[in-house]
Amino acid sequence: MSVSIIILVVLALSALGYFLGRRRALSLAAESGRKLHSLPGYYGQTVALFAAVPAFLLMIAWLFVQPMIIDARVDSMIPDSVIPEGGARSLVISDVRRIAGGLDAVLARNSLDEGALTDGRVDFSTVRDRLAEVGIALGNDAPTEVFEAAKVYRQGAKIGTLAMTLAVLVLSVGLGAWSFTRIRPDMRARNVSEAFIKSLLIGSSTIAILTTVGIVASLVFESINFFRMYPASEFFFSTVWNPQFRGGSELGILPLLWGTLYVSFVALLVAVPIGLLIAIYLSEYASKPLRSVAKPAIEVLAGIPTIVYGLFALITVGPFLRDWFAQPLGLGNSSSSVLTAGLVMGIMIIPFVSSLSDDIMNAVPQSLRDGSYGLGATQSETIKKVILPAALPGIVGAVLLAASRAIGETMIVVLGAGAAAKLDLNPFEAMTTVTVKIVSQLTGDTEFASPETLVAFALGLTLFVFTLGLNVLALYIVRKYREQYE
Amino acid sequence: MIDITVPADRATVAPSKSILTVDARTRQRHAAEARFRLMGKIAVAISVLALVGLLTSILSNGLSSFRQTYITLNVYLDPAKLDKQGNRDPEAVAKVTTFSYAPLIEKALTDAMVAKGIAIEGLNAKGASELISKEAPANLRRYVLSDPSVIGETVSFDLLASGRIDGYYKGRVTMESAELDRNISPEQLMLADELKQAGILTTKFNWDFFTAPDSSDTRPEASGLGVAILGSAYMMLIVLVLSLPLGVAASIYLEEFAPQNRFTDLIEVNIANLAAVPSIVFGILGLAVFINFVGLPQSAPIVGGLVLTLMTLPTIIIATRAALKAVPPSIRDAALGVGASKMQSVFHHVLPLAMPGILTGTIIGLAQALGETAPLLLIGMVAFVREYPAGPPEGFFDPASALPVQVYNWTQRGDPAFVERASGAIIVLLVFLVAMNLIAIILRRRFERRW
Repeated sequence: MSVSIIILVVLALSALGYFLGRRRALSLAAESGRKLHSLPGYYGQTVALFAAVPAFLLMIAWLFVQPMIIDARVDSMIPDSVIPEGGARSLVISDVRRIAGGLDAVLARNSLDEGALTDGRVDFSTVRDRLAEVGIALGNDAPTEVFEAAKVYRQGAKIGTLAMTLAVLVLSVGLGAWSFTRIRPDMRARNVSEAFIKSLLIGSSTIAILTTVGIVASLVFESINFFRMYPASEFFFSTVWNPQFRGGSELGILPLLWGTLYVSFVALLVAVPIGLLIAIYLSEYASKPLRSVAKPAIEVLAGIPTIVYGLFALITVGPFLRDWFAQPLGLGNSSSSVLTAGLVMGIMIIPFVSSLSDDIMNAVPQSLRDGSYGLGATQSETIKKVILPAALPGIVGAVLLAASRAIGETMIVVLGAGAAAKLDLNPFEAMTTVTVKIVSQLTGDTEFASPETLVAFALGLTLFVFTLGLNVLALYIVRKYREQYE
Repeated sequence: MIDITVPADRATVAPSKSILTVDARTRQRHAAEARFRLMGKIAVAISVLALVGLLTSILSNGLSSFRQTYITLNVYLDPAKLDKQGNRDPEAVAKVTTFSYAPLIEKALTDAMVAKGIAIEGLNAKGASELISKEAPANLRRYVLSDPSVIGETVSFDLLASGRIDGYYKGRVTMESAELDRNISPEQLMLADELKQAGILTTKFNWDFFTAPDSSDTRPEASGLGVAILGSAYMMLIVLVLSLPLGVAASIYLEEFAPQNRFTDLIEVNIANLAAVPSIVFGILGLAVFINFVGLPQSAPIVGGLVLTLMTLPTIIIATRAALKAVPPSIRDAALGVGASKMQSVFHHVLPLAMPGILTGTIIGLAQALGETAPLLLIGMVAFVREYPAGPPEGFFDPASALPVQVYNWTQRGDPAFVERASGAIIVLLVFLVAMNLIAIILRRRFERRW
């Protein structure tokens, strides 16, 4: 039975449980002449919850665990001898999966039953040809061990799915029946079902923790694998980034970090003055109509997907900077450059700086302004000498948040900054960033055994630590500042 | 300390001046004030101009992708070539490859040129047929396969013009650039002009752009967004189905039930940090956990949907908590006062009242997820996918593309026609985003209650 059918069946069982439970509660109450503790619906609800929720949880867990167990079994069946020279075990395993899927198609095509796989009614001496008939291409013919493993895989998957169907349905019916028999007029059905629901609520709120754990675990484990293959000191202190897919790569993070920081610096150079001036103008000077138009327009900038900015950098800003500045000044002739990416990214983070600074300046108490005006200061003097210093910590927090956004940004730099890793000061040169290299090392054929792929996880970990650090610092500063005036 | 003794010379000058006369220093201060105000105005103007520039650049590059040049020809579907047995057996017709259809089109074009009396010096029949896209025979074959009974008839067919011809009418290709181009010659452009005058070559609205799948590097004219739109729709469905219940449940717990303790603090800190984690890190998570660990297929909408769900959850949780917080405590007190349990007061009263706010937040979260690109690159959505995924739920596990990823894909190709396609795809994406945000705004205006 496929998963969607199991889901439908369990839902039907649960609905049935609701009606039966409700009816039983009512009839028991009428028999014994006692009043029900809860509304009749709660008795039904209890049965429905017990019938559905544990069964679904079991099913989800099963779907996660079953492939792992089968993979482990198949893995032990494949001797090292069948792994091709220079190939990886994972590729053989994926061949096994493909063959297993292909066998189903072969059987369906020839309308044969299971026995055909073993009794020789179908000629499997050349697995590859049989699979080619049903449109599944294998690189080379599979050795016997792999074919056997594929059969075991198929068998395992079949048994597993059957066992899952049985287990889920038995659990659903069993728990539903158990809670059904527990129904008495004095059973506190409302409390039971509410406790059940509350535990579900708690469960869903732990997703946030699980996600963080998942992120940290995946980054850390694969980074450890990477550092086993490649010395950490070279990774952190080497100034050369030169991955070779034949081994002997040099994977120094410094040029990437330099590119990242350079692009982010340019972006902040654009965004901080403009964003601050916008915040000042809109919060202190602008008339209501202007504010009601300009503020949403600027916030639209934050809602535009980054791929749009990336395309803008690629087709408009890059060629413009190249033709009007870089080439006439003799500074280079690449359309993707630090300046291109930095400028466009600066536009993107303007709203991050402006709206947070706006909030913070609005939080400065009016009494400070009034005091300054009373002493005869002009509005701009008040802003520069009183409000900005008072709001400074919060503004620093806003800038740090914007910086963390800039460092983690991917699509603009992928399309606008280039792919050459170098340490250079010329902003018209193409440079590359940490995020660009994560994308380029992990897209395409990924094979999880080489340092060239695993380095992406170490890069990701570095990025994660950087942005998390900046965020924690920024939130700390902003919160501390807010408390000052509350 | 303020020095109150007035210097003698100033005391003698002062009486002649009115207090209203602006002295040099005040003028200077006022000038500084005006300058500062102007700088603010300039900053606002710069950012609005940047927005306008961004949109104009995309629109001017991309609007032309909604129109496409077609060549309308009467193609005689020769039974001698397409169905040698003559019994219209679909299996036999399916054996005829695309190569057999190309001569039919070439002949149709030659006939049409002869009929209209068009001839260009230095251009043979083969050169003329290069005006028609290499995708056209494949489309013709698909049409015949869908209904083999048309074989033997003469059918009027809209055939895609090649990318360069299309570019010629969109200003991308000129006579000068054609001189240097291996793929097109000035003679072919002249022929195209003649055909246009004869009414054979027309430019029409490009429906295929929304429905056709991606095409290979050399056939930009045939590429479309069909698979990408379908893939994005599947992912949005998964995100909606998973993140709305999970997000609302988590928010209800945190806002209404959670005691103040370490565990609650831990959850809150995690949600705040997740909202700021770079999106590409979620891509790494998806690759390591969902693809390598669990073994879900690459490029599948299910993986993309799960990753985007995790990314969207913090947004939805933050919006939902704000909406729950906005419901005044008097509602809860009233419910509790007439004997409702805490759970009843939340589910029967607070949640329905907070629903508009929750839906608004959800739509905005979905809009964010729709435009997200970086994590999808890592889970293999960049793969070249020509097959439409099957219907849900099986289709969730088939390879598919996504709108923003398709844009990225097209920017990585050599032919300049793909820049137009990428910008066109962005316009489609932006239209979706604007529509979603408008719905969110209308929902808020229409249903939000101020207490």
